[in-house]
Amino acid sequence: MSHVVAAKPPRKAEPPRTVKPPRKVRLDRSDYVLRGISYLTVATFATFCALPFILIISASFSSESAIMRDGFGLLPREFTFAAYEYIFRAPRQIIGSYVVTIVMTVAGTAIGLFVIAMTGYALQRKDFPFRNSISFFIYFTTLFSAGLAPTFIWVSRYLELRGSYLAVFLQLLMTPWLIILMKNFVRSVPYEIVESGKIDGAGDFRIFLRLVLPMMKPALATIGLFLALGYWNEWYLSSLYLGSTVEFKPLQYHLYNIINTANALRNSVAGSNVSITELPSNTLKMASAVVATGPIVLAYPFVQRYFVSGITVGAVKG
Amino acid sequence: MAAALTQERVQPRETSTTKKPKSLLRSIVRNRVLLLMCLPAILFFVVFSYAPMPGAWIAFTNFNYRDGIFGSPFVGLRNFEFLIQSGQLWLLTKNTVLYNLAFIVLGNFLQIAIAIMLNEVRSKYFKKISQAVMFLPYFISVVLIGVIAFNLLNYDTGYVNALITQTGGDPIKIYSIAGAWPIIIILFQLWQSTGYGSIVYFAAIMGIDNSLFEAAAIDGASAWQRIRYVILPSLKPTFIILLLFSLGGIMNGNFGLFWNLVGNNAALFQTTDIIETSVYRMIISQNNFTSSTAVGLYQSLFGFALVMLANWIVRKINEDYALF
Repeated sequence: MSHVVAAKPPRKAEPPRTVKPPRKVRLDRSDYVLRGISYLTVATFATFCALPFILIISASFSSESAIMRDGFGLLPREFTFAAYEYIFRAPRQIIGSYVVTIVMTVAGTAIGLFVIAMTGYALQRKDFPFRNSISFFIYFTTLFSAGLAPTFIWVSRYLELRGSYLAVFLQLLMTPWLIILMKNFVRSVPYEIVESGKIDGAGDFRIFLRLVLPMMKPALATIGLFLALGYWNEWYLSSLYLGSTVEFKPLQYHLYNIINTANALRNSVAGSNVSITELPSNTLKMASAVVATGPIVLAYPFVQRYFVSGITVGAVKG
Repeated sequence: MAAALTQERVQPRETSTTKKPKSLLRSIVRNRVLLLMCLPAILFFVVFSYAPMPGAWIAFTNFNYRDGIFGSPFVGLRNFEFLIQSGQLWLLTKNTVLYNLAFIVLGNFLQIAIAIMLNEVRSKYFKKISQAVMFLPYFISVVLIGVIAFNLLNYDTGYVNALITQTGGDPIKIYSIAGAWPIIIILFQLWQSTGYGSIVYFAAIMGIDNSLFEAAAIDGASAWQRIRYVILPSLKPTFIILLLFSLGGIMNGNFGLFWNLVGNNAALFQTTDIIETSVYRMIISQNNFTSSTAVGLYQSLFGFALVMLANWIVRKINEDYALF
């Protein structure tokens, strides 16, 4: 039980600190001016950040003829679900892409998280004599890399992973940065916990699994979020290694193709009998973007705090 | 148990003083569980980071798929000579460095400004919601940035042109004006990363000792003086460290952003092509592995030297912040 008690201090050590000018001191005019400017600027900038999202959503609910006539606007022009009906009339492609992306995201996050946690824990153990050399071995890959072309040739020709989902799945499992981030998080787990486990006769892996891992929930959430984002937003490796070899492309790569090639747009609604000129191509692109991005934006408010904590912890020591 | 514990504790010192291979072996055996825990990650980096490294040899060959990396004819530095003589290497370096400088200068300025102003905001809800909205662009896929650009900038239906025609002007073919794109790309970069980048500075402001603010208020400091003499000096270490590391990474471009904005639009290359986009295009559409490897190797070596330099300077300033 001693480890439960020991677990508390690091949490208590970070009280919510807000910077406030002391209340008793009278605020002068400059304070109010600054505050006014601050509200205005922050509101303006936040609007500027939100605007493109509003434009896309509005466009996806517009009628194609209105867009052709007046162009995209901030509000839907001639409100209609037509573009979404097109997508979901023959939903094979989009459902296939969703399944590929969800499977990769879930499996990749689970496996990646476990490996990263294990490595981060071992590399933070002060009594592990190889920790510095292994840390450097991992870190060095951020300093010097073979470059895209040799990696591409190696993975596609020698590992023969071209056209395989594995080429995408495996390469996203971990990054040196995430391992370093995990190391920083593990540092807050008191060493006494490891010692108490040893006294109880537990092996290193057991100590990790039973004692350390349950204490690292915030770290797991943060790093899991970054891993999941990596998988969900992936389009780059898919464009290199999958191309058009697979029937169902990962979601964002699917979207990338819809935006950039006319054929992909037609195939996405599975209507090879539909001629490209009949398609509501402008609104269809926007609706596809909404469908591909929607879930992650909906999940965003719930995971935002882990996102922030990851950036602050990661920045302390890159 | 206590005996086992002390033994464990003494053991690292033991391995560092005796350098016999026997003790290394013993150390491996003793730490086998921890080593095994690191093994998956080590394998990952061996396979995906270290194994491709010998492939950089392609930069010195006339590579063809049939003969493979080491069977292809050796041509020495000819690939580099070609890239230098054609002016391509210079153009790519210039674009990459200039874009990064613009991102660093404007980005840091905006991030610090937003962080300071966010700190002045008192309403909790306003702060929370505006922060959430500002981070959102960093959260979404960069492919969506291509969609946004299409929505805003395309000739026939783009929002910008819609606004121009509404006010009686003639629509502009933005996708063929090379001169406009540095501004467009910089705006998109700021849109994507300012909120995210301000988090670090905001956290630094939160970390400032409250007594400094109290002292400033008692001395009758105005809001501007508070910023000038308390907040900005406190942000200086964070700023310098971040600045040095971003200068160390000045040869690395934000590939996803550039590619999704410009892609294969050759009319814009003069002002928009950076190292990453050029390498990617050489592989994807030209199957040109020699030039792309040469450019990549040049970038890696140059980048490596810059990071080393940046880290060396950071170490001089404050050892705690150095990467290694």
